Amino acid sequence: MMNDTFNIDGQEVPFTPGQTVMQAALNAGVFIPHLCYHPEFHPHGSCKLCTVKVNGRPATSCTLPAAVGMEVESNTPEILDKRRVLLQMLLVEGNHFCPSCEKSGNCKLQALGYEMEVFTPHFNQFYPDRPVDASHPEVLLDFNRCILCELCIRASAEVDGKNVFALSGRGITKHLIVNAESGKLADTNFALTDKAAQVCPVGVILEKRQGFVVPIGQRHYDAAPISAHVAEFKPTAASQGERS
Amino acid sequence: MNAPEKPAKLKVATCSLAGCFGCHMSFLDIDERLLTLLELVEFDRSPITDIKHVGANGPCDIGIIEGGVCNAENVHVLREFRANCKILIALGACAVNGGLPAQRNHLDLRNILEAVYATDTGLASGTQVPNDKELPLTLNKVYPIHEVVKIDYFVPGCPPSGDAIWKFLTDLVAGHTPHLGHGLIHYD
Repeated sequence: MMNDTFNIDGQEVPFTPGQTVMQAALNAGVFIPHLCYHPEFHPHGSCKLCTVKVNGRPATSCTLPAAVGMEVESNTPEILDKRRVLLQMLLVEGNHFCPSCEKSGNCKLQALGYEMEVFTPHFNQFYPDRPVDASHPEVLLDFNRCILCELCIRASAEVDGKNVFALSGRGITKHLIVNAESGKLADTNFALTDKAAQVCPVGVILEKRQGFVVPIGQRHYDAAPISAHVAEFKPTAASQGERS
Repeated sequence: MNAPEKPAKLKVATCSLAGCFGCHMSFLDIDERLLTLLELVEFDRSPITDIKHVGANGPCDIGIIEGGVCNAENVHVLREFRANCKILIALGACAVNGGLPAQRNHLDLRNILEAVYATDTGLASGTQVPNDKELPLTLNKVYPIHEVVKIDYFVPGCPPSGDAIWKFLTDLVAGHTPHLGHGLIHYD
């Protein structure tokens, strides 16, 4: 039954009890920018990009249960400004050099930068130096692009049952690691067919020998902005069932 | 009655710092729209005019900078642009975030110079790292230009397309906040 509704930017959005604001919005075709949210996984609430104002107070829409009569602001100049700053901080923390990245055109971070007209990273660049891991025969890891969304960690643990990835360190030194004594992907049972190989929103986990096979103009986000891809982010029946 | 005076043309200066001139080539990709542009602007220092110093003939309205900052001369030229241009625009990936030249930032500069000029295979015997006082000193790191001077506008892209440059400049000249929109804004 979808008789309950809340309001997002003046639009009435129906929801079923247990759904989050994000799930209900995406179901209704209302795009809310996000990076750590994935329709097949539990909400994580870490990237903060999906922050909205609910009855005047900020909240992450991916973790907030929808409730009747909520007044949600999402696509407002104030919220968009804050989202732009979050994207800029992510852009300078990593080494996001799109011209040489195989993920370019298929990258959520890049697509959201386009969506919100992020013309400049604004802050001073960190230019991190994190060695890449090319040890695995089929997959390359470039840690310089990691945004710490933990999707690969969650996928490997929850779907693949392998626990290949983890985060290590605290605060600004927090970084993605591979769970092997050597720290190398080749020394794990990771496989290209793993769910963890499919979920990276940026260019960290890359299939080898596939770089730039899709020409510019035919890549995922070339034809239409990411907000027009809203149907791809609709929650699955399974993930909604777990919410209640 | 005198005929209304034509508004004075905007003065525009351009240069490439640590760039490849690809953004300037893309600028030329506005093709015949250059003629329309030339009715609105005149060029000060630019590869087109060969004027050596920006602002030598009075201050400029718009300065367009391609490339990041990789050596002492880049710093000098960039500061000269800032001092002589009302509006400064970062054009292209290298000016915006350092781009390709900045990919050397995690390497030791001395090691790079020695590898390129002294120890790499295929070099004539006795070659060494150039050390002429006429050559600008290379900086330890490559910087986006907004980390050196204040920048007013940014046009990302490697390079930004001629259409993107045209849209951005015509918005700006018309007095609007420049918007690019999907298809024109890109980082690669």
